[in-house]
Amino acid sequence: MAAVSVTVPKTAKRGEVIEIKTLAAHVMENGFRTSQTGERIARDIITQFVCTYNGVEVFRAELYPAMAANPLIAFTTVATESGTLAFTWIGDNGYSVSHSATISVA
Amino acid sequence: MKLIALLALAVLARAGEIPLAERRSGYDLMSRETRAMQDDDTTNPALFTLMEGEALFKANCASCHDDMKGVAPRYPAVKAGELVNLEQQINACRTERQKARPFAYESKELLALTAYVGRESRGMPIAVSPDDKHLAAGRRLFERRQGQLNLACSQCHDDNWGKSLAGTPIPQAHPTGYPIYRLEWQGMGSLQRRLRNCMIGVRAEPYTYGSPELVELEYYLMWRARGMKLETPAVRP
Amino acid sequence: MISRRHFLLLGAMATPALAQLDPNIAAKRKAALDEAVRAVTRGVQLRPGRVKLDVPPLVDNGNTVPITVSVESPMTQADHVKAITVLTEKNPQPYVLRAHLGPRAGRAIVSVRGRIADTGNVIAIAEMSDGSFWSDTISVVVTLSACLEDGLI
Repeated sequence: MAAVSVTVPKTAKRGEVIEIKTLAAHVMENGFRTSQTGERIARDIITQFVCTYNGVEVFRAELYPAMAANPLIAFTTVATESGTLAFTWIGDNGYSVSHSATISVA
Repeated sequence: MKLIALLALAVLARAGEIPLAERRSGYDLMSRETRAMQDDDTTNPALFTLMEGEALFKANCASCHDDMKGVAPRYPAVKAGELVNLEQQINACRTERQKARPFAYESKELLALTAYVGRESRGMPIAVSPDDKHLAAGRRLFERRQGQLNLACSQCHDDNWGKSLAGTPIPQAHPTGYPIYRLEWQGMGSLQRRLRNCMIGVRAEPYTYGSPELVELEYYLMWRARGMKLETPAVRP
Repeated sequence: MISRRHFLLLGAMATPALAQLDPNIAAKRKAALDEAVRAVTRGVQLRPGRVKLDVPPLVDNGNTVPITVSVESPMTQADHVKAITVLTEKNPQPYVLRAHLGPRAGRAIVSVRGRIADTGNVIAIAEMSDGSFWSDTISVVVTLSACLEDGLI
């Protein structure tokens, strides 16, 4: 089961800059390690993360093998209106996870 | 009776041990950034394991157990004459009461449950009940030289804590936060896994998971850390 | 008499070990970093300043290093940070993260946890809406934790 965790305030004042903290459970196998018998262990990482706010992209990141396991990405966004923040993680081997949170902006 | 108690006290509190007031958690040796990883519940990397633990507890244990507050600080404990740690207690419940198969050591289920149970007692003082026989056995293991490097646990962790070993400060080795998220493993692990790492570090053949030696060592370490606050789930390098 | 299977296994084991022993590895990784920086800036001059890279100078463990990059910017439509890139000097490949921001971010700040293989520089580059590039570099010391599972130490 692909687990993710997103921390975002449930309410905010219009124009306030809010902090969003995201964590994804993922081994982030970097592709540079070798097994006991000398074979290269294949890369298996999350490669992309996108956050949209009522459908508009407000943050995007490309992740590389140098991101630690269970990657944390924390960023900010302006609370412009009430609605839905949608988060998507995409990675190797068909990894794709989505999560959303609603925010009420007064 | 009082004389025996006094003698027992004398035996159990020898020189070489860290004075109780000078005991420090490994937390104090970490950088501000690593400590922040442990302190922030929303970004502690043990988060997912905790979530799984809560789900497993609700599905498998909540029908009998209300509340796990105060449980973890008392383990390892002597039950029906045998010293058991928390993992073994959980498995005993599973096999004896639930007629279910036991969880393997370091399995994600067992780590999740011990993390959840441990977190329920976060902030509480470690309080294992002293049993002379098992404590003496545990202490002997702690003070026994072993491995190709021929080092005893006490030589690093009682006698040289705080000093640098290959650029890393030596902690006092109190198991205040198990199971931990160890940055080196990039995952969760039990105290037994960490102890096996120590043994590999001194080039000793590590005891197997669940062996009486490891449980006795856990027990001695928890007693040595008595009164210190439980930090589960801790983050450690 | 060594069996063919054992001979092949030995060969397979030797190759990665030899790659690690490549005397030019540091130079190669430095070159890869320089090329990555050029790719990020697309030839525009990289100026130190405006970017604050927050990374522990002595890391507890190179597997998980908290990294925060913040950039002074009003984050308005007219003047904002478009992208932040974090790179390292000694890793097998130089990139850690590329974050794309914009005026909707409110503040130019991003926090991640990276892997830093060895003592060396960590670099953060900010691309501004006016096409300029700014950077901050921190030298980080990485030590191995004691008592590992594969017994390297």
